[in-house]
Amino acid sequence: MKRGLEGPPPEERPTPAGRRNKQGIRIDPEVEATHDPRRTVISALVKHEPGVLSDVSGLFSRRQFNIESLTVGPTNDEERARITVVVEEPDPGIDQIKKQLRKLVPVISVRELEPDAMRRELALVKVSADRPDQVAAVAEMYGGKTVDSCPETATIEVTGARQKIEAAVETFSQFGIREISRTGLTALARGTDETAAPSSAAVSADEANRQDEHPHTQTADDD
Amino acid sequence: MSERAAKVTPTDADEQDDQITDSATPDAATEDDADTVSETTPTAVTNGAQSVVRALENAGVEYAFGVQGGAIMPVYDALYDSEITHVTMAHEQGAAHAADAYGIVAGEPGICLATSGPGATNLVTGIADADMDSDPLVALTGQVPTEFVGNDAFQETDTTGVTKPITKDNTFSSDPDHVGTDVSEAFALASEGRPGPTLVDLPKDVTNGETDTEPDEPKTPDTYHVQERADSEIVAAASDRLENASRPVMLLGGGVIKGEASEACREFAIEHEIPVVTTMPGIGSFPEDHELSMEMAGMHGTGFANMAITHCDTMLAIGTRFDDRLTGGIETFAPDAEIIHVDIDPAEISKNIYADYPLIGDAETVVGQLSEAVDASPEAKKWRAQCQQWKSDYSMAYDAPEDEPVRPEFVVEALDEATADDTIVTTGVGQHQMWACQYWTYTEPRTWVSSHGLGTMGYGLPAAIGARLAADDDQDVVCIDGDGSFLMTLQGLSVAVRENLDITVAVLNNEYIGMVRQWQDAFFEGRHSASDYHWMPEFDKLAEAFGAAGFRIDDYDDVAETIESAIAYDGPSVIDVHIDPGANVYPMVPSGGDNGQFALTEDQL
Repeated sequence: MKRGLEGPPPEERPTPAGRRNKQGIRIDPEVEATHDPRRTVISALVKHEPGVLSDVSGLFSRRQFNIESLTVGPTNDEERARITVVVEEPDPGIDQIKKQLRKLVPVISVRELEPDAMRRELALVKVSADRPDQVAAVAEMYGGKTVDSCPETATIEVTGARQKIEAAVETFSQFGIREISRTGLTALARGTDETAAPSSAAVSADEANRQDEHPHTQTADDD
Repeated sequence: MSERAAKVTPTDADEQDDQITDSATPDAATEDDADTVSETTPTAVTNGAQSVVRALENAGVEYAFGVQGGAIMPVYDALYDSEITHVTMAHEQGAAHAADAYGIVAGEPGICLATSGPGATNLVTGIADADMDSDPLVALTGQVPTEFVGNDAFQETDTTGVTKPITKDNTFSSDPDHVGTDVSEAFALASEGRPGPTLVDLPKDVTNGETDTEPDEPKTPDTYHVQERADSEIVAAASDRLENASRPVMLLGGGVIKGEASEACREFAIEHEIPVVTTMPGIGSFPEDHELSMEMAGMHGTGFANMAITHCDTMLAIGTRFDDRLTGGIETFAPDAEIIHVDIDPAEISKNIYADYPLIGDAETVVGQLSEAVDASPEAKKWRAQCQQWKSDYSMAYDAPEDEPVRPEFVVEALDEATADDTIVTTGVGQHQMWACQYWTYTEPRTWVSSHGLGTMGYGLPAAIGARLAADDDQDVVCIDGDGSFLMTLQGLSVAVRENLDITVAVLNNEYIGMVRQWQDAFFEGRHSASDYHWMPEFDKLAEAFGAAGFRIDDYDDVAETIESAIAYDGPSVIDVHIDPGANVYPMVPSGGDNGQFALTEDQL
C-alpha cells in the first residue's frame, strides 16, 4: 500500500497521562473540574459615537456570549457613553468578554462590577383598571408610581433590582397585565469605587495578567 | 439611516474642531515632517480624495491594488497624479489578497481599493482572510453620497456594517476635512499591536468635498493601547519553569514573524537547545533544516512535531492563537505541559488553551526579557534524543515509482531545489497547500504566504502578484496551486501578464477538489459528491491565451527540466502538473482528534 507514510501506528505509541477540560485547563483526569456559569454585571465606558452599540452587541452574538440584558446611555461627559451588560458565563467566558470588549477601538475601559454594586431596572406595567384601589395598594407596596390611568387601564412605573421588579410583576399579574416594558439593568459601583476608569491603558493590561483571580462569585441578584 | 444621520452630531463636530486645532498648532517634530512632505508633494490638497491619497503617501505607501468604479472615482482621480503605483486587478477579491500578501512580505499594510456595493462585497473574502491571519491591510471603499445612504441607492451596501465583524476597526468617513486623517488612523491601526485589516468607507460627496486640510500623520486613536513588555514577575516565574523543564518545546506562531522575533527566537532556541515546532503561519520563523526543527504541528503536521507537542512538559508558545487545526481536541493537547504563552493580544491568553504563564507583550521584546531572565538551559538531553528518534521513526519519506503518475511531493521538492532559499511560496487551499508546507524546506521568515485561518481557495495567484511587488527583485516567487483553487481566481493572470510580473505558478492538477475527495474517501464511504471535476481546462494553453508562458508535466522525466524553464522565464508562467490523482495528505489528525494519535495511512483514521 503506497498511500501513506511509514512509522509506528497509533496503538504502539506512548500516550501522556494528563488531560485538559473543555476550557483548555489541565485537570486531574480523576476529578473532572468544570466551571459553572455565573451571572455578573460588566460596565464599559465607550466613545459616544454612532455604531458603538452595534459593535458591542455584534461582538456578543458572533462570539456566542450569553447576555441577559444590555443597556446604553449618555454620561456627564458628552463624548462618552456607558454600556451595562448582564452576562451569564463560566469564569473563562467572563474573562473573554472583558478582553474582547477592550479590543474594540471605541471602548475606553471595561470593568466587572463588585457584587455590592448598585443595580437598578425600570419597568412600566400596564394593567386592567377594574380594581383601581388594589392596583394602587400594590404599586405603593413596591414603591411604584402610577404614571397613567384611564377607566380601562392603569400604568405603573417600578424601579429597583431585578428580583424586586420580578416580584412586582408577579403581584401585578393578578389584575391582568396588558403590556409590559422593561429597561434592562443599569449599574454603578458604590462610594468612591470607580465603575469604569476614564482611561484604559494600565488597568486593562494588568487585569489581563490577573486572569486567575475571580473574586466575585456571588450572583448579581442582590438588593 | 438613523445611525448615519446621527453622524452629524454636535459631539462629532466638536471632536473634529479639536483635531483641526491640534493640527494647526504642530509641535517641532511635525513641523519637520511637514517640511519633508512639502518637498516631495508641493501641491496642497483641494478635496477629500486628495487628502486620502496624501495620507497614503505620508504613510510611505508605494503600491495599491484595486478596481475602479463609480463611487471611488474621485480617489482614483487623485491617484492619477500620485507617485503611488496602482495595480489594476481583474477582480476585487484579488485586490484584497494581493494587498494581504504584500503586507505579509513587506511587513507594512497592503492597500486595496474598490468601489461601493459589489466592489466592496467582493473585497469581503480577502478582508476576512486578513482578519483571521492578522495580516496588516487597509481597504478603502467608495460609498454612495451621504445624502443617499440608507435609501438603497444604486451600488449601495452597508459596507461598515458588513465588514465590522471581519475588521480590526472600520470607519464611515463623514467629513472632507477629516477623511485623510481617517485613512492615516486606519493605516496606523492596521499595523500597530496585533496587525489586522482596517477599512475606511468613503462617500463620494466626502471625497469630492472641498478641503485644504492636510491629513494628520498615521497615529492610533487614544483609546488604543498596546502592551510591549510582559509583567516581570511572570517572566521570572516562566524562566524558572523553563530552566527546570525536562521536555521543553518552543511553539512558534505567525506572531513571531509579524513581531520580527524570528532572529530572537532562533538565538533563544539554539542557545538553550530547545526543540522548535511551528504552526502553519509560523512557517519560516525557524529554519527547517536545523537539527532542532521539528517543523509544523497540527492536522497535517509532521508526526515528530505532533509527538513533541503531545509529550512536552513545558511549552513556550509565542504568537499563536491555538487554532483548532493546530490543537486537535483540546482535551489531548499537550496534556502534560505547563504553557508559557507570549502574545500581544490579551484576548488570546487562555482563550482556547489555559496559559500557566501569561506573557502579554511584543514577541521580540518578551523573548528578550526571557533571554535575560533564563540563567541555565534546561537539562533535556534525553528529550532531544527522543525528538531525533521521532524524526527518524516518522520520516516524511514517500514512494515515487518511476512508472506511476507523478507524486505531488516530488514536484514540491523539485521546485524547492530549483530555487534559492529566499524564494517566496504562495498557495491556494487544500492538498497542494499541505504538500507545500510539508515538502518545501523553509528557512526564512516572510517566505511562506498562505491563507491559514480562513482557508480561502483561490488565494495563491493574487497573493503571488502582491508578494512579487513586495519582494526584492532577485527573489523568486512561486505559487503552488491546486486545480480547483487556480480556477477560482485565474483571471489574475491578465494582471500578471499586463504588469509583466515574474511569477511561476505550478498547478498540482488532480482534477479533484482533492482534500474534499480525500475526506470523502475517509469519512463518506468514497462518495465523491461534487468533488470530482472529470474535466479541467488545459492550464498551459489557457496560460498562453492570457499571454503567459505555459508548460505541462506528465512524467517524472519532465519534472526537473520543465521547472527550470518555467522559473527561468522572465514573466508569468504556468506549469500544469498532472499529478497522481489518488495522492493523499498524511500524516493526518482528524478534526478534534488527538495529535499524538495522528494517522499515517487511511486505515489508521
